[in-house]
Amino acid sequence: MTTWHLILIASAATLALKLGGYLVPVGFLERERPARIADLLTVALLAALIVVQTLGAGQALVVDARVPALIVAAALYAIRAPFIVAVAAAAVVAAAIRAFG
Amino acid sequence: MEERPAGEDAAGLAPDAVDEALERSRAIRESVAVGVATAIYGISFGALSVAAGLDVWQTVFLSLVMFTGGSQFALVGVLAAGGAAAGGSAIATAAMLGIRNVVYGMRMKPLVGGRPARNVLAAWITIDESTAVALAQKLPGNARLGFWLTGAIVFVGWNLTTLAGALIGDAMGDTRAWGLDAAAGAAFLGLLWPRLKRFQAGAVAVGAAVVAAIVMPFVMPGLPVLIAALVALLVGWFNLFDRRRRA
Repeated sequence: MTTWHLILIASAATLALKLGGYLVPVGFLERERPARIADLLTVALLAALIVVQTLGAGQALVVDARVPALIVAAALYAIRAPFIVAVAAAAVVAAAIRAFG
Repeated sequence: MEERPAGEDAAGLAPDAVDEALERSRAIRESVAVGVATAIYGISFGALSVAAGLDVWQTVFLSLVMFTGGSQFALVGVLAAGGAAAGGSAIATAAMLGIRNVVYGMRMKPLVGGRPARNVLAAWITIDESTAVALAQKLPGNARLGFWLTGAIVFVGWNLTTLAGALIGDAMGDTRAWGLDAAAGAAFLGLLWPRLKRFQAGAVAVGAAVVAAIVMPFVMPGLPVLIAALVALLVGWFNLFDRRRRA
């Protein structure tokens, strides 16, 4: 599977899901349990992605400059800093630690 | 006059023209504020996508067609961690993050749906931001306005900033030296943050993070995220950790 195949399949899937909301006549996902699972699914996936992106190195768990960078980003979100500011700050922190550490 | 839901005006006052003009300008202001703020961080997606090994065209294609930030970040994130071998997991993660758009579509359809061409257009820009701005409006007319305006601003802005970010990332060379790998975690945290208001969501986030960390050494890259998704299924099915029930 080439990168383009991946991109096309994933894009088709997400676009089909968006269309699905407008095509399905009665709201299956409006019922309480499916709606709750759909909500929590987003939360679980994002939380797991944070761990993989921050601690992962292939299959190994590694603590490096990404950890303090994430902590700085969390502090910035806590004081309601904009997304782009927190993301840029995380990059700067990690880059600085690697340059001077 | 717009049709208001019953019970909206407890005092029995008819909303006058001034009120309606105010509500309308508030809808426009919110659309622009949310639209611009969201569009700006397309720059981080563009840069991260190139850092993950996609080229500029592939990156731009994702923002044009997939056009749902969480799934886009997830796809390139899993590919960055696991390479082409994690392709299946990358697709599955992106698709599962897109499931919430089905719910949004169902909520928006009565407001903005119509003929097939209109539905396709509406579906294309059905994302967190357009839905949130629409649902925050009191009048249906303003909800429609908020949906289309927010969606349009984010679509145009997100695609322009994605291109800019991809070109910048391309010019950077060694993106790790610039800390871009750390920026990915911060980006996911930013998407997660507003969803953590309820205790149940916080419990799922912690549980999923722990599960991902525990299984990471034992399974292929990409799979930890999918395995962690089971936490949501378990907690959501049995409605565990729901503090509201006892309140």
